[in-house]
Amino acid sequence: MMTEKKWPETWQEINPGCMVFRPGNASEYHTGSWRAKRPIWDNSKCIKCGVCYIFCPEGCITEGADGFFEANFDYCKGCGICAHECWPKAIAMVNEED
Amino acid sequence: MNTAIKNPKNTVESFELYAPKLATKEEFFVGGHRACQGCGEALAIRLMLKALGKDTVITNATGCMEVISSVYPTTAWRVPWIHVAFPNSASVGSGVEAGLTALRRKGKIADRRVKSVAIGGDGGTMDIGFQALSGAMERGHDMLYVCFDNEAYMNTGIQRSSGTPFLASTTTAPAGKVVPGNQVWKKNLPEIMVAHNLPYVATACQSYPIDFMNKVKKARKVKGPSYIHCFVTCPTGWRSPSETCIKLGRLALETGIFPLYEVEDGKYRLTVEVPEKRRPVQEYLKGQGRFRHLTPDQIRVIQERVDIEWETLMIKVRNSKSREELRAPRG
Amino acid sequence: MGKRVGMEVAIASAEAAALCKFDVAAVYPITPQSHVAEHLSDIVNDGRVDASFITVESEHSALSAAVGSSATGARTVTATSSQGLLFMSEILPIASALRLPIVMLIANRAVSGPINIWNDHSDIMPMRDTGWISFFAENGQEVVDMTIQAFRVGEDRRVMLPVNVNMDGFQLTHMVEPIIMPDQEEVDRFLPPYVPFATLHPDKVVSMGTLGMPEIYAEAQKSKDVALVNSIKVVREVWKEWEAQFGRKYEPIQSYRTEDAEIALMTMGSMGETAEIAVDELRKEGVKAGLLKIKLWRPFPFDELKKAVKGLKVLAVTDRACSFGGPGGPVFSEIRCALYDVAKRPKIVNYLIGLGGRDVQVENFMDMVRRAAKGKLSEPYEFYGVRG
Repeated sequence: MMTEKKWPETWQEINPGCMVFRPGNASEYHTGSWRAKRPIWDNSKCIKCGVCYIFCPEGCITEGADGFFEANFDYCKGCGICAHECWPKAIAMVNEED
Repeated sequence: MNTAIKNPKNTVESFELYAPKLATKEEFFVGGHRACQGCGEALAIRLMLKALGKDTVITNATGCMEVISSVYPTTAWRVPWIHVAFPNSASVGSGVEAGLTALRRKGKIADRRVKSVAIGGDGGTMDIGFQALSGAMERGHDMLYVCFDNEAYMNTGIQRSSGTPFLASTTTAPAGKVVPGNQVWKKNLPEIMVAHNLPYVATACQSYPIDFMNKVKKARKVKGPSYIHCFVTCPTGWRSPSETCIKLGRLALETGIFPLYEVEDGKYRLTVEVPEKRRPVQEYLKGQGRFRHLTPDQIRVIQERVDIEWETLMIKVRNSKSREELRAPRG
Repeated sequence: MGKRVGMEVAIASAEAAALCKFDVAAVYPITPQSHVAEHLSDIVNDGRVDASFITVESEHSALSAAVGSSATGARTVTATSSQGLLFMSEILPIASALRLPIVMLIANRAVSGPINIWNDHSDIMPMRDTGWISFFAENGQEVVDMTIQAFRVGEDRRVMLPVNVNMDGFQLTHMVEPIIMPDQEEVDRFLPPYVPFATLHPDKVVSMGTLGMPEIYAEAQKSKDVALVNSIKVVREVWKEWEAQFGRKYEPIQSYRTEDAEIALMTMGSMGETAEIAVDELRKEGVKAGLLKIKLWRPFPFDELKKAVKGLKVLAVTDRACSFGGPGGPVFSEIRCALYDVAKRPKIVNYLIGLGGRDVQVENFMDMVRRAAKGKLSEPYEFYGVRG
């Protein structure tokens, strides 16, 4: 998981005060494995409003160059907020096993 | 720009549909954090930081957000961040503010404003953190305090707090055979903060992201203490489906249970309009397992109280004057 | 160099902090510390030091604000006593875990039950496990010197730990004593500006106070312990420098007339001066008495202790706190433990003295020595001079 030092650290390696000097390195922990369902976008219905992006608690939905959106499945926990909030119902929650 | 698409199944929103595109794309609270699926508080933190920007120091009380975001050796925070203990995010934050102010004045750090923002849950703010909050706010520090209120001590297992609403079932005030849940009404902390004569007090909710971010930006500009009370959904604690996170916040507003307003220099103003005929509280309560034991009579009692509190707030909205307006005319 | 003044010791301690040009003070008043708080605020509001003074609403907030301030890189000072120290005690181990060189002036006062505002060590003794460096001052001069030394030791990059300076409440704080107050130029030479290891600032983003899972908590504790243990080297070094610059000598354990002593008293804090007189009187009577005075309590001065007790037959340790139901007073327990493996060690006995401000006179110390020599004490520790 940690690319800087081997984990778990020795007492000599541990940062003083257990400080973390790599802002945002929680991104090395992939919460995508928590998912039971995943959001799938139907771009023919998408109106490119950005509501799915703004309401994602993980901040894992990003806008592509074409203006459409998709989730980063390394982090998506499958909460379903994006699908529920999508105005034109362009997002469907699909079982992971399918 | 009201672009409500008529769909009777969804709640009606008045919402600037394309406004999300105006928010900064930069993420200061990254994925990889260990919050539950559908956590309203994690979403609110993500939105708050977009509005605050990088020149911010966050002081975080012990609680869900601290624990899920800072498991050594990782951190989900891309701004400077400190956690010390449970009751003291306001006092640590006041020390951060004093330190930054002194160092900047003495030329020991860069000459630009870095805002101290202290955050905590309803437990760490309204109960154990109450003293520190009151002290920090009354001393006039240039500090914003944001309370993320999900109405119980969620991190330790959904125990009752002074933010827990009437009759909600929590693990220390459960809906039992003899006593049906929490027996008192929610403490009104925004009112208590208004009584501290702060330049700016506001309520917010993760379901109204643009409103929340605007309030955070406004509070950041204040050169003094400011307070935002942000209502956030907890699907785990409220026993509600994770995907209804945003919907529940909207229903809280539309029933009048959690109105969105700001108090600037003592003057009250609603920031998100509520329909003239508010939705019945039943619509909000039915979607949450913590209220599933409620009888029709109990729901009526809640409705009556919500109506009274709404009217109390509206009296202030209609009649309050800012301290500026109240200053005696000169000359 | 330096000016000889007659000054109330509490005021002098604040003056010493002012010489160190602190950036932030966060203090809540409590008897008998209040003059420290008040004088610090005088200094700030008169503009003698460019600093912020936070009139916090409780001691818990005082140390919390001090942590927040120190974490931004500001040189931070606080002060308290007794109940205040207990109230902020939740934060003490956090301050040391975060490696923040906060300096805390403690006007030692008895801990409640019953409430008592007078002097003993029952406030600081429960805090010995919290990872702070601990100095004990015997007189006003030491209070001033140790306050300045505290900033220097705590901020040293090899240390990075908070330091508390203990001065007996009323017995020291409210006494007007002759003190040589260093001048600003001397202190500037001794104490360099604070260069923090990490700070809360967007120019170099850091997260402080993270969650330590069981996999690393023990390593974090060992790391802190090693830092505290190793800090004794820095203390000795700083004290040597102090002696070279100011001409006043400091040692972790100061010995008085122990070269040929058979029986010695051990004290901490202001009682040392009274005990010295008792030793002189006993010597006149032909008793080979001596005195050991602890100046450095944490990190524990093992080496200095072993040297100091060489040749002693009896060591009468005086404690000014009780560890209820325990194996003896806190100092006594630690001294005994530290000397357990030493083959030739004195018989160690324990008197609990001066609790709640009870006066201890020269005759009392002489009596303690005589009775200790005869082995006439209650076991395992004796409440000295308690009626009944």
